[in-house]
Amino acid sequence: MSGSAGPPPVARAIRRGDRRALARAITAVENGDPAAAPVVRALYPGTGHIPMVGLTGPLGVGKSSLLSALVGLLRGQGRTVGAIAVDPSSPFSGGSVLGDRIRLERRADDDGVFFRSMASRGEAGGVAAATREVARLLEAAGFDVVFVETVGSGQADVAIREIATTSVVVLVPHLGDEVQTLKAGLFEIADVFDVNKADLPGADVAARDLTELAAMGKTRDGWSSRVVRTSTTTPTGIAELWEAITAHERFLDDSGARVAGERRRLAAEIAGRLRDRVGHEVTERLERDAELRELLDRVVGRKVDPWSAAERLYRDWYGGR
Amino acid sequence: MAKRSKSAPIRVLIAKPGLDGHDRGAKVVARALRDAGMEVIYAGLRQTPEDVVRAALEEDVDLIGLSILSGAHMALFPRILALLKEQKAGRIPVFAGGIIPDEDARRLKKAGVRAIFGPGTSLEEIVSTARRLARGAA
Repeated sequence: MSGSAGPPPVARAIRRGDRRALARAITAVENGDPAAAPVVRALYPGTGHIPMVGLTGPLGVGKSSLLSALVGLLRGQGRTVGAIAVDPSSPFSGGSVLGDRIRLERRADDDGVFFRSMASRGEAGGVAAATREVARLLEAAGFDVVFVETVGSGQADVAIREIATTSVVVLVPHLGDEVQTLKAGLFEIADVFDVNKADLPGADVAARDLTELAAMGKTRDGWSSRVVRTSTTTPTGIAELWEAITAHERFLDDSGARVAGERRRLAAEIAGRLRDRVGHEVTERLERDAELRELLDRVVGRKVDPWSAAERLYRDWYGGR
Repeated sequence: MAKRSKSAPIRVLIAKPGLDGHDRGAKVVARALRDAGMEVIYAGLRQTPEDVVRAALEEDVDLIGLSILSGAHMALFPRILALLKEQKAGRIPVFAGGIIPDEDARRLKKAGVRAIFGPGTSLEEIVSTARRLARGAA
């Protein structure tokens, strides 16, 4: 630790509402720039108090349009909103087209909204590695609510759960029969199910199937998932969707589940960071370190199996406890 | 924050200011920049100069690409450049593409548009110019 007094100037600027400072800090966090670390550290103690709402669901279900509608609703109530929209990075070029901003309708002079597009940068699960920290920066900048829109998700993309206090799973009619709703993964993480494009035929059936699913059991926190129906072409159900989200947020406070959830998310974050770091180091050393290269050679030559090799390294480094 | 490292992806905003609805060109360029490894924030059609500048600042882009076919470039581009300056972001390079007569192109370049691509420009040229502008080596 350095002996400098007080938080870095950038952290103070972000707290003051300096949007350029915020935008640049987000970039630094995304890029793993070491200059971001003291800023993030200084801002961390003031976070963890606002709704972090995840919007997830398959591609094309209307997540971006819903986000825009929710932003409009909250701005109408005088609440400020930070929004992060994640789109995939190319596994080939590393590039990406981030197109969620197109749907955002707002006044260009409205400082009550901060919208940031993020590329997933190789991270599976629907969000980028830095999404959680960027969400915290938005909270530190004083926004009342933060939304995180994931990459169009598959059945098993549940990483939003590690960021969001309330997860909304957005679906549309005709995505499959009710057996789909019983499968593990995406359907398990919904605090709120939203049947979007509810003006389309089949919305009744989809909403009924989801209501039956929700009635079958509670979430891990003991919450009964809500089912709402929305449409964004002629906006309907947006207020009901927000009401369902706030009902879950109230439940988190009343039941004590907020603290437990935060504890679980932070434990996962610490473990994830350590895993990334150790994994990165091991990968590097298997190439660089003579002794480890030899071990890898023996695994390639089928003299040692990968499980035993990992066990040996673990024992050597951590005393095998 | 420190200047970003060379390995970080270039972030570029592609926007269509004004009222024409022809976005094929902008989409083709967005895709080419994506394939060159850049993160392209595609802001889409009918952006006001204020929208463009707000998006550029929130997204903290290294570069702004504007596509225009409506003929309103002499009104919209200088306004965008002026707003960027007003926001102390005049250092973000701006390039443009579309139907822009040579005489206008000369004046826009004088006003600060860093590169202007007419019909028939190769994607390779756009990508390499974009990269050079973003890296501040132009």
